[in-house]
Amino acid sequence: MSSVFFQAVAATIIASSIPLILAAIGELVAERSGMLNLGVEGMMLMGAVCGFIGAYFSGSTLIGALCGVAAGMAMAALYGLLTIGFAVNQVAAGLALTIFGQGLSGLVGAHFVGLKRDGAPHLHLPWLSDLPYIGHMLFGEDGFAYVAVGLVAGVAWFLRYSRAGLDLRAVGDNPASAHALGMPVGGIRLKAVLFGGACAGLSGAYLTLAYTPFWSPGLSAGRGWIALALVVFASWKPWRVVLGALLFGGATILQLQAQALGIRLPSQMLSALPYVVTILALILLNLRRNRGSLTPAALGLPFVADT
Amino acid sequence: MPPPLVSLDHITRRFGTLVANDDVSLAVQRGEIHALLGENGAGKSTLVKILYGLIQPDNGTISLDGTALRVGSPQQARAAGIGMVFQHFSLFDNLTVAENIALVLPATAGLKRLDQRISAIATRYGLPLDPQRPIWSLSAGERQRVEIVRALIQEPRVLVLDEPTSVLTPQEATTLFATLNRLKAEGKALIYISHKLEEVRGLCDRATILRAGRVVATCDPKAYSAHALGELMMGRDIGAVRPPSGAAVGAVRLRLNQLSLAAPDLHGVSLHDITLEVRDGEVLGVAGIAGNGQSELFAALSGESRTLADAIVIDGHAVGDQGINRRRALDAAFVPEERNGHAAVGAMSLADNLFLSRHALPGLLQHGVIDNNALRARTVEVIAGFDVRTTGPEAAARTLSGGNLQKFVVGRELARQPRLLIINQPTWGVDALAAAAIRQAIVELATRGAAVLVISQDLDELYEVSDHLCALAHGHLSAPRPAAELDRSAIGLLMGGANQFAAEAAHVG
Repeated sequence: MSSVFFQAVAATIIASSIPLILAAIGELVAERSGMLNLGVEGMMLMGAVCGFIGAYFSGSTLIGALCGVAAGMAMAALYGLLTIGFAVNQVAAGLALTIFGQGLSGLVGAHFVGLKRDGAPHLHLPWLSDLPYIGHMLFGEDGFAYVAVGLVAGVAWFLRYSRAGLDLRAVGDNPASAHALGMPVGGIRLKAVLFGGACAGLSGAYLTLAYTPFWSPGLSAGRGWIALALVVFASWKPWRVVLGALLFGGATILQLQAQALGIRLPSQMLSALPYVVTILALILLNLRRNRGSLTPAALGLPFVADT
Repeated sequence: MPPPLVSLDHITRRFGTLVANDDVSLAVQRGEIHALLGENGAGKSTLVKILYGLIQPDNGTISLDGTALRVGSPQQARAAGIGMVFQHFSLFDNLTVAENIALVLPATAGLKRLDQRISAIATRYGLPLDPQRPIWSLSAGERQRVEIVRALIQEPRVLVLDEPTSVLTPQEATTLFATLNRLKAEGKALIYISHKLEEVRGLCDRATILRAGRVVATCDPKAYSAHALGELMMGRDIGAVRPPSGAAVGAVRLRLNQLSLAAPDLHGVSLHDITLEVRDGEVLGVAGIAGNGQSELFAALSGESRTLADAIVIDGHAVGDQGINRRRALDAAFVPEERNGHAAVGAMSLADNLFLSRHALPGLLQHGVIDNNALRARTVEVIAGFDVRTTGPEAAARTLSGGNLQKFVVGRELARQPRLLIINQPTWGVDALAAAAIRQAIVELATRGAAVLVISQDLDELYEVSDHLCALAHGHLSAPRPAAELDRSAIGLLMGGANQFAAEAAHVG
């Protein structure tokens, strides 16, 4: 295969992994605080449709992306109200959020189906993008890619070194103790959930503004669920999210390329490939779980102060 | 006389209709260790939570050095110089020692110089700690050191300790008392909550006794016997448990042959070559600090974890690979440590909970249908026989207080008149009256000829009920010895694993 072809494949793998990185890094922060938000798919869809509409009317990709972020946060705020405010079961609230997001995004975007606008421009970084061979592949991306990598680096630093990150990890480990020490458990968890919503919304906006770039109902196509699986796959460590996203993105592209090359396998089977990889990854991870788990101890557990 | 360093004056706090603190006043001088005594629910925890800013009082004031102050949050309490060592450790298992300590410091305090500060405190008070170790890898005694260093690093003037010795070996407790006396000598005011009255008499200068939210006495604990203090707390005579009768000991009822079991998970403990015998009419006490294999031993005995068939022999039948129903059919009964969710299902009625441990035994089923009349009758018998305070057999298990639910789950098993009883932490978190009733029932069961194996962290309890004692340390069991021949320091050493080290040393030598 020619190197041009290879570079093109590599670039598409990176492009398809970006929405996964964005959504997963946000969910990772929420889960480290103990909040299992299964509504990622719904938040992504709302981010996708609102991002597209914002960009369509303003003509600005940036404004569109911000609209997507705002939509994701609004959805996350609803989830936070239910789970933190009213101590509703997190799994039920998250599933409801996904179903709600699927329906609402379809309604909001009904008049925008099929409309097109130009995708987000690919940024040309002086010198770096001109590097032979890898330049176009690694440094020819749109702005979302750099934001995604920046977010992962920021989250990794935040969790490891900052005091607020330590507070967040403490709340995810033992909310009762955190409360006894005087930490605002609900407030910390709400901020983490809102960050997760912002990232999911941005991820959705990436789909409609750069990846496809148009709106159609349900276009996230299960990426929110893969992002959730990725967080587990990454054992709640930020940089492993990138690794996992490239793997899953790679499986998606491999499936498309295999179809294009006429490999004689039913296309439905190839389409299922990324999901099979997800399941296998989860099984493998669980096999080695016995040797030590990084799962936040209070993941999914509601906390209500007894005073 | 100078004003007391800390005083709580006329504190009242209601929760709904319950008055948890009713006009409670308490004053502690510099260089004083002040005991706060009372039964579960007497209002001790509420009072110290008010002092630490976790709960706001409805009425009353808190003063430091004679100046009234409002403690609106734990941060304000710490800033004012009030430190707290919690009963159930308020530590974070997956964080390191240093990170746990950083969490109580102002956000501006960097992590970088923290290790030095921890070492400084550790050296000054004899509390060695490795700042970089994660909490889950520490023993209970080490965890408590983290709690204490975390309180001391803020240079508090007032330190509250809530039942600090409940998870310590006698040796670890002695070390703790030395640290506390050192803090006392430095002029700090200490408030000390404990159920162990002998300990309070040895350590504390004064005591305030709460009963049902009110102060019933403030006294010098050294001037009273432990029994008299207990009566002040309860408002009536507790009555001592009648000692084991020394009845004729019969045939071997339970035998463990080199029982070994790999740890079920990362934080679990492996059992190594546990061998013991319990005879009819005998109570064998297994001492040990929590987390040394007690849960794993109980799981192996009850059949929740399976082992080699020959490893566990009940009444001559090898049952190590059999489940709990087969063991129950051999007249064995089991009471696990955790009442809620293990021994009983909170949302189910007492009658249904009784059925859960008897469903495989004859008497309550007729052609696969539950005989509700018989079930109700058996439940009423248990409630009456063990003085369980409840509204009746239909009451949900979670509506009972800890002591009453424990009496019910113990009574449920004892009412069957088992030939073998395995009971783990029989009176953990149970008030003194209920605890005395449960211990009495255990002793009486053995007197009637049953074999009993009691796993407990509470040495007082083990000495009250046991004929023979052994200790579980790191999954190794020491050889049982007659309780009368084994003093506390000897059992304390065994709990710390001295037996195991001796064996290893002999092996090396």
